[in-house]
Amino acid sequence: MADGRAAVKRRINPRLWLSGGWLMILVIAALAAPLLAPQDPLAQDLFASRLPPLWQAGAEPGFPLGTDSLGRDVLSRVLYGARVALIVALIAGSCTCVLGAGLGLVAGYYRGWPDMVISRLIEIWMAFPPVLFAILLIAVMGTGLTSIIVAIVVIDWTRFARVIRAEAMSQGAMDYVASAKVAGRGRFGIILREILPNVLPTIVVLLTLEMGIAVIVEAILGFVNLSISSDDPTWGSMIAEGRAAIHHSWWVLVFPLITLFLTVLSFSQLGEGLKDHFDPVLR
Amino acid sequence: MSFLELKNLDAHVGRLPILRDVSLQVAPGEVRALVGESGAGKSMIGKAILGTLPDAILVTGGQILLEGEDLQRMRAKDRRRLIGAKAALIPQDPLTALNPARRVGPQICNRLVDILGWRRQEAEARVVELLHEVHIPAPDRVMRAYPHELSGGMRQRILIASAFAAEPQLIVADEPTTALDVTVQKQILRLIRDLQARHGTALLFVTHDLGVVSKLCQSMTVLYGGKVIEDTSVDQFFRAPGHAYSAALLAATPKYTDPDSSLMPVPEAVISAVEAEIAAHDAAHQKGAV
Repeated sequence: MADGRAAVKRRINPRLWLSGGWLMILVIAALAAPLLAPQDPLAQDLFASRLPPLWQAGAEPGFPLGTDSLGRDVLSRVLYGARVALIVALIAGSCTCVLGAGLGLVAGYYRGWPDMVISRLIEIWMAFPPVLFAILLIAVMGTGLTSIIVAIVVIDWTRFARVIRAEAMSQGAMDYVASAKVAGRGRFGIILREILPNVLPTIVVLLTLEMGIAVIVEAILGFVNLSISSDDPTWGSMIAEGRAAIHHSWWVLVFPLITLFLTVLSFSQLGEGLKDHFDPVLR
Repeated sequence: MSFLELKNLDAHVGRLPILRDVSLQVAPGEVRALVGESGAGKSMIGKAILGTLPDAILVTGGQILLEGEDLQRMRAKDRRRLIGAKAALIPQDPLTALNPARRVGPQICNRLVDILGWRRQEAEARVVELLHEVHIPAPDRVMRAYPHELSGGMRQRILIASAFAAEPQLIVADEPTTALDVTVQKQILRLIRDLQARHGTALLFVTHDLGVVSKLCQSMTVLYGGKVIEDTSVDQFFRAPGHAYSAALLAATPKYTDPDSSLMPVPEAVISAVEAEIAAHDAAHQKGAV
């Protein structure tokens, strides 16, 4: 009988709220950046260079988080940087997820030669150092948003493929898969209807984790000046500029760094929270 | 005419024989037991019929005839469709046999709808009716539940209902009570027997429990090492087993009525005689193949 187990309702996780809240703020900030930003993020003003943030002596209104050595407004640049970061997180994250999870499911359920091919590919792929691989790819393809996204997908699909392959394998050995087979479902139908719903919690966790990683990779590429064109603000290039000026204007480094940190942390926490939400046994 | 017939079925993992020249028949509405020790190949026969053998195990010879049609020679898709319509499985472990990520009702209904082309309302009504038949008190609530919210006995009832839902002519029950505790076992067996009698379904009952065989089945096939040792009626088996191994198997059944009796393992001599028979069979087979 549907007993007490059905009646247990889990409290909604505070970390789901906190991480989701931060990411929500970030999305709104990115969408409304032209409205919210107090200055043009590209406008240089050498008379207003290295202004401190609002609460320090010598600050000027209109530059709430101060300015960098070229007089560009830090807050505006962080806001516009969020656009690049979120676009990369969403597109690169989902493409990586679809490619990696798809290959993982096929390898894990079909076994046999598809598994052989995909597993060997994963092993060879993982022998490359990922960041060098990404830099190499961008050197070949040229800088730009598409190149960054392609580089992330190409270096990171193995993360999904490995984990999902193992999960699909263990799910494929369950009796419910045998029952579905007897009932006449084809292989593709079994993957979609029987196995996918059971690996979905893992996919969700990996996806959000991957979005965080995509943000970091984009920042690293920005740091070594291989992100989008060097004029456009990205968190990575801001951190690189701020690093040079750390002794006289800490704010140029610290604000993008904090934003980056909170964003990556929120993505991973969101994943954990959502996993509990997606898993019928934990729900 | 028999509904299901296996003719000289051979199966191998690499060069290791799993099934050796297995022949058996199941008439419409017949309840046949497949008995034997662990590793005798009884589950493998069920899996070979339903097409769920592990990839490593290959059927290397013989025929599986369902209503006279050879399953081995059909295209995979046609075979799947035929089996889906005519046969069903009651699995061993109810805890892993329901998809944990999907609600019970849609899970059972979808198979009827997607695979056999029923209309959704028809399928739902049918499933509710069957849940009643397996004595589930509040079918509507159970249909909305996730498998982990239900007890093991409850889940096995659902699986039985699901097996009978499409009115199959053959059900393979692979030790359906092994994972359940003894008090529930009895209810589940009675349930299977009642439904089988009411629906006139042929049942292939894989088990190592001779007590269950005596209560449930009419005919039985005794297996050892993937080879048929004896094919007999249940009455005959319990009165006068036709093979030394069958007799030893029967003697090895613990007797609850006599608390002082000790367990009687199958004697070494009987085992070695059976092993010799199998070795002779393999040798003859190899000669035949060359």
